[in-house]
Amino acid sequence: MLQTIPKKCSMMECMENIIEVKNLTKKFKDLVAVDDVSFGVKKGEIFAFLGPNGAGKSTTIKMMTTVMRPTSGEIKINGFRPETEAHQVRKSFGIVFQDSSLDDKLTAYENLKYHGILYGVPRADLKPRIEKMLKFVDLWKRRKDVVKKYSGGMKRRLEVARGLLHHPEIFFLDEPTLGLDPQTRNYIWKYIKNLNQEKNITIFFTTHYMEEVEQMADRVAIIDHGKIIISGTVKELLEQTGKETLEQAFIELTGRDIREEDASAVDQMRNQMRH
Amino acid sequence: MWLRQLKRYFRSKARIFGSIGQPLLFLVALGFGFGPTFAKAGEGDYIQFLTPGIITMSILFTALFSGIEIIWDRQFGFLKETLVAPVSRFEIVIGKTLGGATVAVFQGLIIAIAAMFIGFKPQDIWTLPLALLIMMLIAILFAALGTAIASVLDDMQGFQLIMNFLVMPLFFLSGALFPLDESPGFIQVIAMINPLSYGVDALRGVFLGVTHFGYTTDLLVLGILTAVVWSIGSYLFSRIEV
Repeated sequence: MLQTIPKKCSMMECMENIIEVKNLTKKFKDLVAVDDVSFGVKKGEIFAFLGPNGAGKSTTIKMMTTVMRPTSGEIKINGFRPETEAHQVRKSFGIVFQDSSLDDKLTAYENLKYHGILYGVPRADLKPRIEKMLKFVDLWKRRKDVVKKYSGGMKRRLEVARGLLHHPEIFFLDEPTLGLDPQTRNYIWKYIKNLNQEKNITIFFTTHYMEEVEQMADRVAIIDHGKIIISGTVKELLEQTGKETLEQAFIELTGRDIREEDASAVDQMRNQMRH
Repeated sequence: MWLRQLKRYFRSKARIFGSIGQPLLFLVALGFGFGPTFAKAGEGDYIQFLTPGIITMSILFTALFSGIEIIWDRQFGFLKETLVAPVSRFEIVIGKTLGGATVAVFQGLIIAIAAMFIGFKPQDIWTLPLALLIMMLIAILFAALGTAIASVLDDMQGFQLIMNFLVMPLFFLSGALFPLDESPGFIQVIAMINPLSYGVDALRGVFLGVTHFGYTTDLLVLGILTAVVWSIGSYLFSRIEV
């Protein structure tokens, strides 16, 4: 079916930032994880957040998604503040977390249903929507399987489906393709791109894969040691650094040191479980 | 929320058997083992006496663990999904606690029914609704306590600690296994501080018609404590950051 790609947004809409972050700071005891960060994301944009491990990407996302309180600074998501209007903020976005957040003792269908109920999707709408989303990510046939039996890629797809079930305005993806094979990665990105174009959903993602950023992102911000070093379109970044690829630019800006991140309590526990 | 808790419970068959097995073992081993001695001491039928204690114990274990399940949810990431949902933290705690408590009460009922097969006879079948109410109170109290603990701890290491220093003393020093009336003074004092004592006592009151502290005290203490612990649990849970 021939169809013209709809314009991303009207002039007025393009002017407003759906995500607005000003002077955001988060301190943990003696460590400053996020240091005076400011940026904005326009409605309908695909925005990439790049940075080495421990640069403050996830912390920033956590503050934007109401699960962590900032030390200081201001955030506005879809016009609402996470600290005081958590409810509206939470309704505005969907999220795919860095690591799986599915209940693996429930089936795919039940996971989505639980999500739908939590988000107040009208009962009458719930069934058709779940069906549509599961078909969208090609998991409809396996809907009655307990998530424990799913592969990593299937779980990710299910999480994408779940994050979109309540029709959010903004979709956060924290390293959505980490540990997936190229096929699955392509598959997932195809969905996301599609979604962005058809529904004008704003996409905010973090990743380590430079080619994903080059192919997908309208704009990029590179963050390191809790500060945004540079932001703009990929083209602008290359021009400013005088490099040919984003990877070179990235290494130039963030240095060659390998970052060490302390294992969180959760990781430690997982390691213990494996033994 | 509530439904999820139940579904999870019924889906893990091993857990059901495991958690029913232990109280039944206690009931059979202690019940028949101490029974004759108990009768000789002129205290009557030990199974009658013990059953409410064991029911309370199984509720205590199940409810407390259901609260602690939050740690697992956190470990496997599911907690985040719940925390970013547009539902107030307070509602989440209520849902979780009630879910856990329902499972616990269900388990208590199974024990009660099983006990009837080995000679437990409740004094009057019509007291059952009241018994259920008391069981629910005990269950909510400890599910909320579990939630409070889980909100503060962020790994399973502290878990053994809780087992050894909280659950076991609560159980053994509650009058679940022996009559408080004739125990030494310091045990009576400890039992008086122990919230579980009031649960055991109330349940025994319903089933057998005898109490140590008196009904009103039992229900009052249980009710107030439940309210307090539930609020503390909700508060601590609302402070969780992922």
